[in-house]
Amino acid sequence: MPLKAENITKCFGETTVLEDFSHEFADGAVTVIMGASGCGKSTLLAVLMGIMPPDSGTVTGNDTRLSAVFQEDRLCENLTVLSNIRLVLGKKAGREMLISELAEVGLEGCAEKPVRELSGGMKRRTALLRALLAEYDVLFLDEPFKGLDEDTKRTVMEYTKRMTEGKTVILVTHDREEAEFFGGELIELQKNA
Amino acid sequence: MKKKLISAAAVIFWIAVWQIAALAVGKSLLLASPVEVIQRLATLVQEQQFWQSILYSTSRIMLGFIFGMTTGVIFAVLAGKFVFFEKLFAPLIAAVKAVPVASFTILALIWVTSAQLSVLITFLIAVPIAYSNIFEGIKALDGKLTVMADIFRVPASRRFVGIYLSQIMPYFRSSAKLAVGMCWKSGVAAEVIGIPKGSIGRELYNSKVYLETADLFAWTLMIIILSIITEKLFLLIVDLIVRRIEKL
Repeated sequence: MPLKAENITKCFGETTVLEDFSHEFADGAVTVIMGASGCGKSTLLAVLMGIMPPDSGTVTGNDTRLSAVFQEDRLCENLTVLSNIRLVLGKKAGREMLISELAEVGLEGCAEKPVRELSGGMKRRTALLRALLAEYDVLFLDEPFKGLDEDTKRTVMEYTKRMTEGKTVILVTHDREEAEFFGGELIELQKNA
Repeated sequence: MKKKLISAAAVIFWIAVWQIAALAVGKSLLLASPVEVIQRLATLVQEQQFWQSILYSTSRIMLGFIFGMTTGVIFAVLAGKFVFFEKLFAPLIAAVKAVPVASFTILALIWVTSAQLSVLITFLIAVPIAYSNIFEGIKALDGKLTVMADIFRVPASRRFVGIYLSQIMPYFRSSAKLAVGMCWKSGVAAEVIGIPKGSIGRELYNSKVYLETADLFAWTLMIIILSIITEKLFLLIVDLIVRRIEKL
């Protein structure tokens, strides 16, 4: 069952962030949601994931296995990089495999480091790797490459594209270059006055 | 290494100040010198009674500390989970925090024997320290991590250790560090008032009665050493658990 939003409206006080939003997201493909800051991209993602109830409207098809990179990293600061990923994947995720995947996103040598000791960009890559390695039917990516320098961003974007081929991905970004790189359907949200 | 050298130099400096002050006073009855204290301690360690007193007080103070920490943690978890318990415990914890150790000790002597006194007093000292710290830790838990765990369908056991315990342990560690020292101070103070036979508190009391200042200092030094050893030991155990959690 594809992920489908019907007539979603979400307000915060007097401000209407989403108004009558409807869309059926393509299965096995990337959908990019773009728009200026404050136009409701992250709110839409939260509503689609089911972690924020809409004021009106319905979301169907989100009762499957979900994975996500949230607006914030949402990592356990006192756990190591490896433990943060294992928290989601469980013990079945082999150490060697994880270390080799960490190297793919430039986190070689960081496996045993507590997350609190990492830079912002490293944390972001840890959160992204956790989401990519988890088992999922729909993957939500909320600005997954923010805080990365250009070279690292390119490497990580290529890795992400490779890992998500043929999968249902909803990517939120304000960067047109990112949107074009991932292709797929593009939804441009407008900021409500 | 440099930090350790600075710390050692600071200790040596204050011992030197103590030695100079003792020489200036010139009466060991009023102020025993560090050399006299070490000499007295060297004599005391050869006596069986010395080790019996250490075992007697350490076992009771540590028993009260462990019971107190456990109770504090249980109370904090209940208060963190249910507002009813938070409201229920608030006046009790505030009262236990505010009442002087001496008042508790005298009151406790009516209820329990002097042998059990230090267990009860250290228990009462440890409970509010553990409660306040752990409760603060529970309140500071990041709710967004719970949402993350919901999305990824993280099982309850992994969630408990990885998310909750990993966030609470630093609070538990700091409460344990604080409570060990406080338990030693209050436990020995209670023993000085209750003077149970074979305790460190009784030895301190006797040194006061017989004006044996060197003994008083030697026992005080021993209490400091015991406090440091038990603190380091307990924190070592906590750190081992933390490292195990970090690696999940």
